[in-house]
Amino acid sequence: MPPLPIPTAVPLTYYLILSAILFALGVAGFLFRRSLITIFMSIELMLNAVNLTFVAFSYHHKQVDGHLFTFFVMVVAAAEAAVGLAIILTVFKNRGTLAVDEIDSLKL
Amino acid sequence: MNLDIASILGNFYVLTLVKLGLVAFVLLTALAYLQWIERKVIAHIQLRVGPTRVGPHGLLQPLADTIKLLTKEDLMPPHANKFFFVLAPMVAVFFALSAIAVIPFGPKINLFGIETYMQLSDLNIGVLYLLALSGMGVYGVALAGWSSNNKYALIGGLRSSAQMVSYELPLALALASPLLLAGSLSLREIAESQSGFMLGFIPRWAIFQMPAPQLIGFILFMIAAFAETNRIPFDLPEAENELVAGFHTEYSSMKFASFFMAEYANMVTICCVATLLFLGGWYPIVPSPVADYIPSLLHWGAGAMLIFHGMQPARKWDKYTMPAFGVVFLLGGFVFLIPFLQPILLPLFWFISKVGILLFLFIWVRATLPRFRYDQLMHFAWAFMFPVSVVHLFATAFLVALLK
Amino acid sequence: MDAILFFLFAAIAVVSAINVVVQRHPISSALSLVGVMGSLAVLYLLLGAEFIAAAQMIVYAGAIMVLFVFVIMLLNAGSETSPRKGWLLTAIAMPLLVLFLGLVSYIIQRGFPNAPLVKFGEFTGGSPKEVGTALFTRYLLPFEITSVLILIAIIGAVVLARKEME
Repeated sequence: MPPLPIPTAVPLTYYLILSAILFALGVAGFLFRRSLITIFMSIELMLNAVNLTFVAFSYHHKQVDGHLFTFFVMVVAAAEAAVGLAIILTVFKNRGTLAVDEIDSLKL
Repeated sequence: MNLDIASILGNFYVLTLVKLGLVAFVLLTALAYLQWIERKVIAHIQLRVGPTRVGPHGLLQPLADTIKLLTKEDLMPPHANKFFFVLAPMVAVFFALSAIAVIPFGPKINLFGIETYMQLSDLNIGVLYLLALSGMGVYGVALAGWSSNNKYALIGGLRSSAQMVSYELPLALALASPLLLAGSLSLREIAESQSGFMLGFIPRWAIFQMPAPQLIGFILFMIAAFAETNRIPFDLPEAENELVAGFHTEYSSMKFASFFMAEYANMVTICCVATLLFLGGWYPIVPSPVADYIPSLLHWGAGAMLIFHGMQPARKWDKYTMPAFGVVFLLGGFVFLIPFLQPILLPLFWFISKVGILLFLFIWVRATLPRFRYDQLMHFAWAFMFPVSVVHLFATAFLVALLK
Repeated sequence: MDAILFFLFAAIAVVSAINVVVQRHPISSALSLVGVMGSLAVLYLLLGAEFIAAAQMIVYAGAIMVLFVFVIMLLNAGSETSPRKGWLLTAIAMPLLVLFLGLVSYIIQRGFPNAPLVKFGEFTGGSPKEVGTALFTRYLLPFEITSVLILIAIIGAVVLARKEME
């Protein structure tokens, strides 16, 4: 039977395009959502998209350094999530709301 | 294309499907009968007898319980979030049962000309896979508590998830110490590195292995395992007389059965992991010629004891059922002597007996100890377990680096 | 087989990411984000990054997102109300978005003409042993700095979240 023209593997650019789409969706969420915690989640989505790019290029150069960068991005994201969520809890305690439209002045 | 059975079964996909069916069947039956064993053991520790009515010695009780749970009315609390209410038990069961895929039950076996490992898939990051699944299991509990639209369920769910997340750290650190001795993350290689005997008669299990015997690590792992699976003494978030049964208050029928199944599957998985990492997996406790007869001797002893008890029956039906079981055990003892089945059955016997002893320990502790209060539990995790496991990991690493 | 897995999990990732941005209730967004992370973990496995895939599931999906879910459940932050947007805005924005993403794809494809095919198993350097060796030899300084960073984050979170001493 002749080989069918179904691709069995995809080129690396498809991974980069997927990463770009996820990053764009993260930016869209960051700009358009109005709840503090959803904005924070869009930031995590952007970080994940960047991780995918790092791993894809690490595959391309056949070196492990890209994985190391991904590891450090994950560590920094963990630290940032911990402190950020503590800040969100404090903001909620003081303002009573998480909508960014209403948390718009430094004075309580 | 030759159609003989060896080449069909030798195909990777077919072989994995056959192994999967076998493991799933054995696991689900074991989960049902684990509940029977738990009820009987707790009953005997408390000087009563447990279920005896539904079959000889209550052996058909799991069947009755399954029928009861399946035919109960499936309630949905008002104003509950329907999607997450249905999703939570599915998530809990999915992550609990997926863990069995990387557990090896024995060495490489050769059956009908097909060589295969007694393991569904040998990932070379097997230990990390198990840690990931225990981390994801938190979602089932948290979603169940939140979606029930019930204050007590929410508090119970949050407390239980916080407890599981807090004890994941000492669990991972206690798990990392025998990894330093074994040098690999693949569960099969860790078990295989514990083969053999030191000084001729001490088995080379990780709790005895020489640069750093892991006894303290084993105790730390078992304590963290009790907390991860929400068992007594750490089961405040789901106990029946606290917080109205905690996160599974509003669940009935099949969904409740799913949570139950997830809890027992978690217990079995953690006991299997403890056996593989600390107790030497499928390797026997005494060197080989003696070890080949121990399963048969144990079965014959059990059969003789059952026949003896059948002669002085305590209840009316014991006159018939006890000798029947005794004969079954005697025949079982002979099965362990068949030479071409020995390479499969003997490692399986040692693995299952070690897992069984650890499960008995879980049940024994449940019947004996009172439960911790929630703040005592969290204080214990962060102020005691975490520093001790860090120090233990350092000590193991120091000894391994010095003496290997 | 690699292509099927890629397209399946890329589709799941994109649909879950759209769900994160579009859903009203923060819990649905959080769980969709967990879905994104899970499908990204499978894509990392396809790219040969087994340690990073496991770390993604353990750290990101199993710890960070659990924290998010806790905070959302504790705060009981309800659904957000959005103002009534006209359908005209959506009718213009959607084709523009698709056009923009098509442009980005074209630029990437042009900039990288002979990209290699990603076959599973071709890159074996992502095992924990390789990552650990690189981490403790070439990247030792960043490793130590990130551990100090985590210490700072722990202290900061504890100080911010404790009750005020009156």
